[in-house]
Amino acid sequence: MQVIVSVNRFNPQDNKGKYWEDYNLEIEENSTVLDALIKIREEIDGSLAMRCSCRSAICGSCAMRVNGHARLACNTKLADMTDDAGMIKVEPMTNFPVIKDLVIDQQTFWDKVKQVSPWLQSEGPDPKGEYVASNESMNHLAGVMACIMCGACVSDCSALEVDKNFIGPAALAKAYRFVADPRDSKSVQRLGVLNEYSGIWDCTRCYECVEVCPKGIAPMDRIMALREEAIRVGYDNTMGARHADAFSDIVEDSGWLDELRLPIKTVGIFNLPALLNFAPVGLRALVKGKMPAIFHHNVPNVQNVRKLFKRIRNDQNKDD
Amino acid sequence: MKFAFFPGCVSRGGCPELYPAAKKVCAQLGIELDELQDRGATCTGAGVLQEKNQFLGDVLNARTFAIAEGLGLPIMVICSTCQGVMSQANKRLKTDPDYLAKVNEQLREEGLEYKGTASPRHLLWVMVEDIGIDNLKTYVRRPLTGLRLAPFYGCYIVRPSDDLEFKLYPNREDSLERVMEALGAEPVDFPGKTRCCGFPLLTINEKNSVQMVANHTMSAKQLGADALVTPCPLCHLNLDGYQPSAMKQTQQDINIPIIHLPQLVGLAMGFDPKELGLSRHIISTKKVLSKIQVAA
Repeated sequence: MQVIVSVNRFNPQDNKGKYWEDYNLEIEENSTVLDALIKIREEIDGSLAMRCSCRSAICGSCAMRVNGHARLACNTKLADMTDDAGMIKVEPMTNFPVIKDLVIDQQTFWDKVKQVSPWLQSEGPDPKGEYVASNESMNHLAGVMACIMCGACVSDCSALEVDKNFIGPAALAKAYRFVADPRDSKSVQRLGVLNEYSGIWDCTRCYECVEVCPKGIAPMDRIMALREEAIRVGYDNTMGARHADAFSDIVEDSGWLDELRLPIKTVGIFNLPALLNFAPVGLRALVKGKMPAIFHHNVPNVQNVRKLFKRIRNDQNKDD
Repeated sequence: MKFAFFPGCVSRGGCPELYPAAKKVCAQLGIELDELQDRGATCTGAGVLQEKNQFLGDVLNARTFAIAEGLGLPIMVICSTCQGVMSQANKRLKTDPDYLAKVNEQLREEGLEYKGTASPRHLLWVMVEDIGIDNLKTYVRRPLTGLRLAPFYGCYIVRPSDDLEFKLYPNREDSLERVMEALGAEPVDFPGKTRCCGFPLLTINEKNSVQMVANHTMSAKQLGADALVTPCPLCHLNLDGYQPSAMKQTQQDINIPIIHLPQLVGLAMGFDPKELGLSRHIISTKKVLSKIQVAA
């Protein structure tokens, strides 16, 4: 199979900046993207820098962007990615500083993982035997423990693209792994930290991390579970928690969203500075006839919806 | 062709121009609509309610699916977010019989039961999969020749692609571009097309949300697009409504109109721009309309 591998290159020691270099090569039909890159490095251009190790999607070293999305080069079949002209585009991951070619600097990534104290913190005397946890809870955790820390989720994260301080999906998935561990006794304290600025509420819920994760960790789903748990244990006064509360109350009351009440209920009726902040947007909407109706109607049979909300809430309170 | 129609909240709230535009286009395409929210269906939860209680969100969506099953009709939506939230809930319900039974227990009092047959689809997909691109071309009375349009899908109609059955329906990946081409316009490929508009962050971190608006609208403009087109009213709310804030925050002149997908189709069908609500946008659509010789 004849392919053109277009690589986004960068060498801090020359003055070229970032540029694309195309490599034409003949390679076996069932090759991976990593096979192609190794062939380039060994047979065409020894100066091409990249990381790889296990070649089996276990070590996470070879994460890079292929045709615009982060993937492991070792478990990406070349033939699945080439366009009609037989070309693929390979770049270093985004949201990481580039050291050289496809090699990125992982320092900040690891610093953020360390921020969530990624180790078990139990209380009381050590058990005589092993720590006992239910099969169900450990099976649940196995899903998130399969993370290989490749950084693909961080690379494609929309929130990190605009805010480098956001702790990011990999660190938050790791945090979930300990919050959801029945042997850990610091869950509430952990959630208190994650509830702060740049934590769980700064995720924009775009599903990029879920889409690109090569191990099915679904980091965003873990972030949503952390939000649900944070509210449940009482961290309910952040803007995010208040927004979810207001949203839920409005749907319970009328069956559908009242967009006029939602922002007011979220920030609070007496929060004058926040309310004034809405004024320019509201005024523009009013002028263009886009203001939601002042008198919001209920969906038919709304009493059934209200009963559902109440019953589910009561059942869950009983379980707690 | 008849659908159980789920217009969502925003098409009749913050983007009131979308609902009438969608209804006009559907009528023209011969799509008959039975409105689910007139029959008591609720908001999907939009992923926000789910932050607090995912089970409750799944019960509400199962309830909507059960109402549609009762009508014997497939569900059609006009919002990427409704599409995504419904598809995600549906996957959880369809793949776990015990979970479905637990959810149905909650619906029993109302005499409802979700049997697992629903498959909600966006008007965009209905146009590509049921109407067909070649057939769609026959409805064009005012070709959008010369218009360069940047597609902006919105996250929930492209991700997670497994939940949205992209493997079964690979044409969903470039459905928006293909509709644009059928209407005579030229799609502009731009890096923001499947990225997040920032709307879910708006209440929590306005600065970051507005920066996303600035990045996407500016990149589409720099690539020569006349407008962005979106199948998601929430993306519209942010990209249109907060574009003035984005210009202020980044000190750039952007001013690129954001057009709802049904408005674009309606325009090509020959509807009057006012009927389609094109005068109700924060960023004026006048320039785009004048490019195809239509008065605003």
